[in-house]
Amino acid sequence: MSTPFYVSPQQAMADRAEYARKGIARGRSLVVMQYADGIVFVGENPSRALHKFSEIYDRIGFAAAGKYNEYENLRIGGVRYADLRGYTYDRDDVTARGLANVYAQTLGTIFSSAAEKPYEVELVVAEVGETPEGDQIYRLPHDGSIVDEHGSVAVGGNAEQISSFLDQRHRDGMSLAEALKLAVQALSRDTNGSEREIPAERLEVAVLDRTRPQKRKFKRIVGRRLSRLLAADGAATEAESAEEDGSEEE
Amino acid sequence: MEANTRGTGRLPAAFLTPGSSSFMDFLSEHQPEMLPGNRQLPPTQGVIEAPHGTTIVAVTFPGGVVLAGDRRATMGNIIAQRDIEKVFPADEYSAVGIAGTAGLAVEMVKLFQLELEHFEKVEGAQLSLEGKANRLSTMIRSNLGMAMQGLAVVPLFAGYDLDREKGRIFSYDVTGGRSEEHNFAATGSGSIFARGAMKKLFRDDLSEEQATTLVVQALYDAADDDSATGGPDVARRIYPIITVITEDGFRRLTEGESSEVARAVLQRRLEEPDGPKAALL
Repeated sequence: MSTPFYVSPQQAMADRAEYARKGIARGRSLVVMQYADGIVFVGENPSRALHKFSEIYDRIGFAAAGKYNEYENLRIGGVRYADLRGYTYDRDDVTARGLANVYAQTLGTIFSSAAEKPYEVELVVAEVGETPEGDQIYRLPHDGSIVDEHGSVAVGGNAEQISSFLDQRHRDGMSLAEALKLAVQALSRDTNGSEREIPAERLEVAVLDRTRPQKRKFKRIVGRRLSRLLAADGAATEAESAEEDGSEEE
Repeated sequence: MEANTRGTGRLPAAFLTPGSSSFMDFLSEHQPEMLPGNRQLPPTQGVIEAPHGTTIVAVTFPGGVVLAGDRRATMGNIIAQRDIEKVFPADEYSAVGIAGTAGLAVEMVKLFQLELEHFEKVEGAQLSLEGKANRLSTMIRSNLGMAMQGLAVVPLFAGYDLDREKGRIFSYDVTGGRSEEHNFAATGSGSIFARGAMKKLFRDDLSEEQATTLVVQALYDAADDDSATGGPDVARRIYPIITVITEDGFRRLTEGESSEVARAVLQRRLEEPDGPKAALL
């Protein structure tokens, strides 16, 4: 056995950060975006069963890029945290801010503990409010820092490029179809600037819809409704999506 | 009592340990004292006085099931509450009505709802109706200690079985014994009278509207003969809680709808106090 080298804390952290970032970059990016009636999650995911997005609690959704087993572990931890908190106090006392803090602490502790390998994940925790002003989106990179985001956010390997693309084009009060199409457009751009087609079957889409009458606002958008939203344009989309929403509430 | 107070603010190991999809299992490992069944009871003498919920009735019809309850809670010969709610949605396709010690029952329902929701979120799929019914059985069994001291909870569970495409009813005894009921069922102090009424009124081809009327007739008869069951309170505008579960999911009748059914039944009873007559043969 050789004598251990001295590694400066800066170097050690930089190495760990690079390790985590490389892991995250292997996965595909995803987008979380505000639209008029809530928050939409869009990502490329060929699997129907292994989700990148899921419900944590009534108004809180979860999105993750990176290593599946690690973010799945964090997701279940979050569900347990939220359910326990709601059971101990009240459903209203479960907030995205609280959850994001717990995730930040967890990721931060793992990142800076020499005994553990850093998690190769980047998370988004989002809570839909009564109004667009009440929406909250938190981005949690691998090192446990926490970023309060507005409008749109992208995580994953190609996140920076997608974010800047979205920042220029996203505006408040977009319809679901508009937001969805913008997100798909952003995800279809490759690092070298060329575009490729992402078919509807390879998209995973979910929303936190504040207009849902149920307490639980999370809903996946699949099948015909998804292709309709992607196909339609302009005014026709508005009418169709309104009609769709109406029929669902029956 | 929450994640943050233990350790550094990071999620405790129990939260990140892969394991069961059950919230109750998680709780029993992480904070067993939070489970109602694990509570230490002080030695008591005699029966503990606590508000009791009374009558719950359920009836199936082609396409679904109706679950309804009266609104009275009693403590001995006192009416403890006139507008208690004893019928709750368990999840999108099932509901639970509770008779017995009100405080414990409401807590049990809360935990049961959470158990189903937790499973759904973790697994990404719903439990089968049978699975839900069995889970409720386990919860009642864990309450056996308190049931022996007079704090029993006896629920009635009804739901729409998406696989079999029909409404189903499950009844329970204090030990957690579960039995599937056919056509109709009742639990609580007024249940014997309600069951008699339903037996005479039930038919295989009820419409949803007829089924909701039937349960109100049964609750009226229960209130008529059992002092612990409350009838429709027209003066205070307190009417039975009526829920319908079909392929489209759980729906609770609005106050307007249930008052309409209750008033119609009441109107007829002013002319015929004993209600609809069945043919002798």
